[in-house]
Amino acid sequence: MPLRAGERAGLDDPYQVLGVPRSATAEDIRKAYREFAKRWHPDTNPDKPEAEARFKAISAAHALLSDPERRARFDRGEIDASGAERAPPGGPGGWREWAESSEGARYRSRGFDFGEHAGPSGFEGEDFEDLLSRAFGAGARRAGPRRGADIQLGLRIPFLDAVRGATRELVLQDGRRLSVSIPKGAEDGLVLRLPGQGMPGRGEGAQPGDAFAVIEVEPHPLFRREGRDILIDLPVTLKEAILGARIEVPTIEGPVAMTIPPWSAEGTRLRLRGRGVDGGHQFVVLKVVLPQGPDPALETFLRGWAPRDGSDPRAGMRAP
Amino acid sequence: MIGIEELASRIPELPRAEIPLWIERRWLRAERGPEGAWHFTEVDIARVRLLVELRVTLEVTEEAMPLVLSLLDQLYDARRTVRALLEAVEEQPAEIQQAVLAAARQKA
Repeated sequence: MPLRAGERAGLDDPYQVLGVPRSATAEDIRKAYREFAKRWHPDTNPDKPEAEARFKAISAAHALLSDPERRARFDRGEIDASGAERAPPGGPGGWREWAESSEGARYRSRGFDFGEHAGPSGFEGEDFEDLLSRAFGAGARRAGPRRGADIQLGLRIPFLDAVRGATRELVLQDGRRLSVSIPKGAEDGLVLRLPGQGMPGRGEGAQPGDAFAVIEVEPHPLFRREGRDILIDLPVTLKEAILGARIEVPTIEGPVAMTIPPWSAEGTRLRLRGRGVDGGHQFVVLKVVLPQGPDPALETFLRGWAPRDGSDPRAGMRAP
Repeated sequence: MIGIEELASRIPELPRAEIPLWIERRWLRAERGPEGAWHFTEVDIARVRLLVELRVTLEVTEEAMPLVLSLLDQLYDARRTVRALLEAVEEQPAEIQQAVLAAARQKA
């Protein structure tokens, strides 16, 4: 066990000078001081030449320990028995100057293993290159060959290529042609990494950078996409909407036949199961279109028609 | 560069018996000359003074030394890094210096 600061110094230690334990109360210290001061007063010890030094030491020890603030600082090792600030290890003029010079890198920290108390990340030393590359990316690394820069490219693809997946050719600025495989169901903004297709690296054995293709999906005149579902607006005639019909609907995989049930209103969503992207569905939204008029037969019919449902469709819209 | 004899004469309090331990634990990173004797450069001598201060003057135990040294070394690593960055900033044109300082102040 190391001795605590102050204890090792023998007669320099004010506690030893006064012969009191470190736990002594202010009263203990005051009593001890009185007793020692009396015993070692130079006037009462003319035959002892060391008495004057002892008396001075006793006075100094008392001065230090009777001041609670200074006593506490001494106990913490911040000041020595004379009350002087204790220099931190390696202070000015010593290790610090060397440690902060470039030669100091020889004593670079290797971290300290706290054993079972170590956190998940441990307590690792971090060297300058680590720090720079963390701050500025891998490109900041100075040592060794330098990896080429990454490049970013826009890739505009038709809606159906994005939905179904496709292979497209991409022409780089330097004239290189790359074949890019677009995964099925690619969405707008998807970034495809093309490893090693970026700028060439510098230095021997340097890795080239990567190319990143940012997918931009062109809108389709018929289809829209909501996640894995495909939506399509399907115009139907008044007759089809009321009487029902079997009609052909375009899907992303080609036209399919579909039944419109009788009395399908405007905006009805009909589902074509499994016709979306990757297990999604296609929803068909009906748009009822009137026949291109004039149609005197229809008009005549409607004039003579008394609807069974006589309710007002705007009943809920009356202003309060 | 000096050998262990001169090191001991320069630092009288040096506990010579501990030197092999210090080197083995990499507290002291001295190098061996071609004839097998330890060579101490100026930075190694300063390091020895630090180790003497810790082990002899402050009586840091062998067990506590790795922790104390690790903390000290990390502190100086950080200070070296900051110094290098500041020197690099100083070499930049004034407007870049201002931009870096302004950004650093915002983050501090």
